[in-house]
Amino acid sequence: MTGLNEQLAKLPALLAAHVGLTFIALLMGLAVSLPLGVFCSRRPGLGRGIMAAVNVLQTVPSLALLASMVALLSSFGFLPALLALFVYSTLPVLRNTVTGIATVDAEVLEASTALGMSSHQRLLRVELPLAAPVIVAGIRTSAVWVVGTATLSTPVGQPSLGNFIFAGLQTRNVAAVFVGCVSAAVLALAIDAVLSRVEDALKRRKSRLALSWAVSAIAVLMVGSLARLPLATSKETTASGGHPTSSPAGTAPRPSDAVRVGSKAFTEQYVLAAAMAKLLEGAGLTVDRRESLGSSVAFDALRSGEIDLYVDYSGTLWSNVLKRKGAAPPWRVLDETCGALAERFHVRCLGPLGFENAYAFALRADKAKRLGIKTIEDLAHQSTQLSLGTDLEFLDRPEWRSVEHRYTLRFGRVVSFDPAFMYEAVFKNEVDVITAFSSDARIEALGLLVLDDNRRALPPYDAVVLLSASAAEDPRIERALMPLVRQIDVGTMRKASLLVDRTLNKQAPDQAASWLLDSFARRPPPESF
Amino acid sequence: MSGIRFENVTKRYAAEGSAVLEEFSLSVSEGQFCVLLGRSGAGKSTALKLVNRLIDATSGRVFVDGRDVRERDPHELRRSTGYVLQRIGLLPHLNVSENVALVPGLLGWPRGRTDKRVEELLTMVGLDPALFGRRMPAELSGGQQQRVGLARALAANPRTLLMDEPFGALDPVTRADLRREVAQIQRRLRLTTIMVTHDVVEAMLLADIIVVLDRGRVVQLGTPKDLWTNPVRGFVERLLAAPREDMRRLEQLLNGPCA
Repeated sequence: MTGLNEQLAKLPALLAAHVGLTFIALLMGLAVSLPLGVFCSRRPGLGRGIMAAVNVLQTVPSLALLASMVALLSSFGFLPALLALFVYSTLPVLRNTVTGIATVDAEVLEASTALGMSSHQRLLRVELPLAAPVIVAGIRTSAVWVVGTATLSTPVGQPSLGNFIFAGLQTRNVAAVFVGCVSAAVLALAIDAVLSRVEDALKRRKSRLALSWAVSAIAVLMVGSLARLPLATSKETTASGGHPTSSPAGTAPRPSDAVRVGSKAFTEQYVLAAAMAKLLEGAGLTVDRRESLGSSVAFDALRSGEIDLYVDYSGTLWSNVLKRKGAAPPWRVLDETCGALAERFHVRCLGPLGFENAYAFALRADKAKRLGIKTIEDLAHQSTQLSLGTDLEFLDRPEWRSVEHRYTLRFGRVVSFDPAFMYEAVFKNEVDVITAFSSDARIEALGLLVLDDNRRALPPYDAVVLLSASAAEDPRIERALMPLVRQIDVGTMRKASLLVDRTLNKQAPDQAASWLLDSFARRPPPESF
Repeated sequence: MSGIRFENVTKRYAAEGSAVLEEFSLSVSEGQFCVLLGRSGAGKSTALKLVNRLIDATSGRVFVDGRDVRERDPHELRRSTGYVLQRIGLLPHLNVSENVALVPGLLGWPRGRTDKRVEELLTMVGLDPALFGRRMPAELSGGQQQRVGLARALAANPRTLLMDEPFGALDPVTRADLRREVAQIQRRLRLTTIMVTHDVVEAMLLADIIVVLDRGRVVQLGTPKDLWTNPVRGFVERLLAAPREDMRRLEQLLNGPCA
């Protein structure tokens, strides 16, 4: 398996982030659902209503819940992830608290009252202790759920073990997926095992034993979530040691000195993020990688200062942020986009990288020849007979509406894929046409034909480095990244991505980034720019 | 003024419903052992629970040691009243000593005093504290559990003891043993006691006075001897018929030609 060691090197930091997130979400869930459960069992009428509401929340798919938290809080990363997981963790504990209290023997309750216990004393000394094993069983369920669901917080910008899984899926990296799955499973099993000891001890009425297991569980979680700290602090000291008067005053959203480099969830983005990270680290800066962000999450995170920089594409911003329709010459799209971003969001375009990664309709060349299709217009004539495979977001983007409208496209069937699988699907004839990314090496490798957009419905998509307002004020960042600007042609980008995407002799995005940076040295420097 | 007194007590569970207990009056003097006898649904347990306010009367008044129970804090009242339940109701998550120490704990006794009292009580009900103190209720036999139940009821030196069919769940031998011990303890501590039972013989053996209840009303009130010799026609007569018949046949069997 390629790159297992490389994946394992990322494990401590991601595990710590995952455990920390899980732990705090569980604690919050417990702090709310336990008293709420007691309340529900005291007021059965109202309690049923509350339980029903929580039940409904539980039926919301976890990814949808995460997405709605992002919308609700209009922020990214830790907070929405925490809130979603917190909501998710409440139901099992709530339900088991109510059940646990309801199943306490009536005779025991009568005896407690007859002995002179107040309702409060009865709760603390009789009902909760007797319900404890059932409640702990609920906590176990919650913990396992939350550990699993926390992997989904990666696309909203919160690092977790999901980073391995999402990135691994995109780059077809078995080692990454393996490390992510195994570590999440082991974590869930470990927490479950310790809590089952607590439950067992409570059932056998060994409260001291239960307490010691519970304390050890919490200790393990705390150590797990702090595991990263020594590492992080040592890195920070070297960074600030190297640059004693580094960060300019008043750039509030960057409390630590680390530069947060974002990436969307596909190979090219991982490679570019890795390359930028290498350049920044080479300049003595500390880098914090925020990978696998959802496509529009990335821009919003940059705008709100939660990441410092990432690579986006002019047409994407032009259509989605500026809400412009149709196409325009590349220079105009780039100029107007960057101007608007600076004016409206204080986001700065560092400069185009030199290649375009456009949405492009593509189909197998042999099939195109057989059907006589060369342009999107040709495609439109036969579209009712054909199926379209696309990525997860294209159908919701204005570009699609524009193309659909301008060519009157009516596909017989439309399927959304994770981009990693789209190419294979068209190659295996599971769909006829896909919305490929023009810089993807698989277009060439799989013998696909890109159709001409003869009516100019799609804008140009020049890759461009974007800096947040605060990052734009740090000259070191600009200086470190300038070597990338206008230096990457589409051929080079394809080759770099292919190193990661290919099946044989696969490389990690970091290795591909090194190859990309080295390619500058292999080539004569451009005269000027 | 000490003892327990019911004055024209009526209890209805629903405003329009029939009375579970109607115009019930009774005076139990200090140290007296009163048994409420009757079939199930006669209102015996209701009467008992009025004393420590597990139930409040619809009308009428109940006095314990001269004070109207309605004027007392129910928790404080219950803590100063011993209560033994038929199904015992030991707290399953606490060991024997902890169960006995419950009321002293609620009253905030210092640890040393409580420990000493627990030891004293377990010894009194015939359980070796060293052997039984740390056992869990589930590890005890039914008779042992009810001994712990009795010790728990007496822990905080109550002047009043209420028992709701305390021997109902026990086998006959254990039942007889425990009955003897309860009688002994009650006399020694001069506890004002009300016990509920439907067992005529048990009532006869323990009571100073017996109150026969039927459908919420007192049918007869008197000493065991009064009842045996002068049962009120009808209900009490019928109630006594079965034990009388048992006794007659037993005598016949023992003195008969084949013996």
